[in-house]
Amino acid sequence: MIVFAILAALTVAGSLAAVLLRNTVHCALALTGAFIGLALLFLRLDAQFAGFAQILVYVGAVAILVVFAILLTRGSETPATGVFSRTWFAGLVVAAGVFAVLAWTVLHSAVALPHEFAAPQVSVAQIGNALMGRYVLPLEIVAVLLTAAMIGAVIVAMHEKPGKYEKKEAN
Amino acid sequence: MTNTLDQIFVLLKHWIMGLFPVGLQPIVGIVLSVVAILAVFPGLFAFSVLMERKGLGRMQNRIGPNRVGPFGILQPVADGIKALIKEDVVPYNADHIVHFFAPIVLVVVVFMGYAVLPMGRNMTFVPMDAGLLFYFAMGASAELSVFMAGWSSRNKYSLLGAMRAVAQMISYEIPLLMTSVIIVMMTGSLSLDKIVEAQNHYTWGLPHWYVFTPMGFAAFVMFAIAATAETNRSPFDLPEGESEIVAGYFTEYSGFKFAEFFLGEYVAMLSISGLGATLFLGGWSAPLEALNFIPSWIWFFAKIMLAICGFIWLRGTFPRLRQDQLMNFAWKFVLPMTLIDLVVTGLWRFLGEGWLRWAVCSAILLAAYLITARMGMRSKKLGPRSYRYAE
Amino acid sequence: MLGEGLLKGLAETAKNFAGSFVSKERLITVQYPEERHPLPEASRNFPFLVYDGADWEAGLRCVACQICEKECPPKCIYIEKSKDKKPDYVGKMQIYPARFDIDISVCMSCQICVEVCPFEAIKMDTEFELATDDRFGGLLQDRKQLAKSNEYYHAIHPTEASEVDARLAEEKAKVEEKARAAAAAAAAKAAAPAAPAAPAATPSPAAPKEGEGSQPQ
Repeated sequence: MIVFAILAALTVAGSLAAVLLRNTVHCALALTGAFIGLALLFLRLDAQFAGFAQILVYVGAVAILVVFAILLTRGSETPATGVFSRTWFAGLVVAAGVFAVLAWTVLHSAVALPHEFAAPQVSVAQIGNALMGRYVLPLEIVAVLLTAAMIGAVIVAMHEKPGKYEKKEAN
Repeated sequence: MTNTLDQIFVLLKHWIMGLFPVGLQPIVGIVLSVVAILAVFPGLFAFSVLMERKGLGRMQNRIGPNRVGPFGILQPVADGIKALIKEDVVPYNADHIVHFFAPIVLVVVVFMGYAVLPMGRNMTFVPMDAGLLFYFAMGASAELSVFMAGWSSRNKYSLLGAMRAVAQMISYEIPLLMTSVIIVMMTGSLSLDKIVEAQNHYTWGLPHWYVFTPMGFAAFVMFAIAATAETNRSPFDLPEGESEIVAGYFTEYSGFKFAEFFLGEYVAMLSISGLGATLFLGGWSAPLEALNFIPSWIWFFAKIMLAICGFIWLRGTFPRLRQDQLMNFAWKFVLPMTLIDLVVTGLWRFLGEGWLRWAVCSAILLAAYLITARMGMRSKKLGPRSYRYAE
Repeated sequence: MLGEGLLKGLAETAKNFAGSFVSKERLITVQYPEERHPLPEASRNFPFLVYDGADWEAGLRCVACQICEKECPPKCIYIEKSKDKKPDYVGKMQIYPARFDIDISVCMSCQICVEVCPFEAIKMDTEFELATDDRFGGLLQDRKQLAKSNEYYHAIHPTEASEVDARLAEEKAKVEEKARAAAAAAAAKAAAPAAPAAPAATPSPAAPKEGEGSQPQ
């Protein structure tokens, strides 16, 4: 319980810092802290695969990506004014609404499920079998979607042919 | 007797644990393992730094350090003392908190990787089901500390170094993971203990190491390339290219924090060597069945040091790549080869036992190498290039 | 083929690595304080004072003429003349430097002092291990530290030293010749009691061997 409290505090503090800090890079690093807290929570629930995948993907890739995006888009300059936009109230309402829906769902599904006190032992092999067996179609769809996204990114980033601009200017 | 010697550290640990009350024993066991790791690998770090300096010297027909102590063996001690008593300078404009935490994060994360490495029979600190995944999770976190160091220094060279490092580490992490996936496919487990176990068989006294299969060998080569890049070692040492960007992401670090980066770099090198040995070179298993009487941990550390020698050899030989060469090499040669290797591994499993799969897999890999290399050479992306002004 | 050059390079470094343990010629490092390269004959850095014979104070060639002091561009030489005199290499009575200091932290090794010296008394040394932890006293060399024997000069710059020796010997011979001639003339004069002004009329500055102090400047 104490461990859970510490991890929860770490996660919440990280998320809050990610929202409230002024410096965007600090925000990104705080977000990483929150990711790590989440991963540790997974590990606490004996979900090794989810926990490590969380660190590998979110800390190793997503956080780096965020940081890269910040650095490459001139976002790393600290804003002089506060971080709150003028419509912060609307944002708060939306966030509260989303949270309410999620909480409601979680609470009700917890009631609907039979109470299991012992956590099920899920090995990596089982996860792999499930992904390649029962859930192979969703997995493939996700893969196709990601491939499409990647191709799109490549096309966006691809060099324009030098002839194109000249023609445009000539016209 | 052989068995006792093989298990001597395990027995020692259990003996020390037995001295404590039962309630404390798990904690004592953990502390003992951590202390052992924290003592052994910095020691090896010191030794490999000395070896590197001497070895590089010999490759350049120099003598290398030979002043401190007999044959210069106390040189690392002198370096350590120097780093400890140096002033710790933090740039005025630096982001002090992030600047402070970057080296700590690096060292912590790098040492975490050792938790899952089997350093001998029954000598894994945390025998984990998803050990390999854990290792790569820790490796990926190291990138963040590099970025933290480079960004917080408020120095353009630091930032350039950090950007280079992160771009390079992300690019080469994919082949690194893919080559490991090949081993996982062959073993059917993410647990490093099981991977070693699977290689610890002998036919005619020869070991069943994965490096001795066609796709294992190809994967080993790719893994070695990716590991060299992942640890920012020459010829992939662009993030700290002295001639271009001072020292890269740790330009603004001095004294003990610099030493921490240095330590982190070498310990990561040792750890990735350990991973390579575990995945491809049979971990702690002996290279010949007849040599099984030598304790398993000696084999593990011998393989690590051999890999370090390889790293030093590469560093003594190759010039630094340019950024575009680096990226082309990663995405146009290493990654395609790894993907083909992945397919070949699947084929290997389906072809069943016999000489046929050896022939087919070797032929496919060789053809793939020839085609990729030929195309690479022709497209001037990988091949020798002409310079407009330098020649 | 891709990778061929890499293997070639690896073979090269491996050859170096193994070779450095086998052949001594490969290891070109000179381990400096213990081993050292012989200095080339033309090497020179700071001036020193040459003396003849065994006693450095008696044999100092310098006559404190102060030409070097005046010519020295960074003014690193300080000379105090002596009150008394001592015989120089030809035996003539000369004044000598009571103090002769060179501040080597100021000296720029231009060798002008050597070139202007009419007495071959100051020459360039090859000594370079002059580092000291006392940056004022330690770098100011007095005449005792500066005095080095002619043999030492021969050891560091053999050709130049023999040239200098030949020149000095020639000069000395000339002086002795003249003295002998003067003595002979004096004897002749003594024989013939007329013409008293002959010895003083000799034009050479170093003419009379037992003369009463010609002006060194």
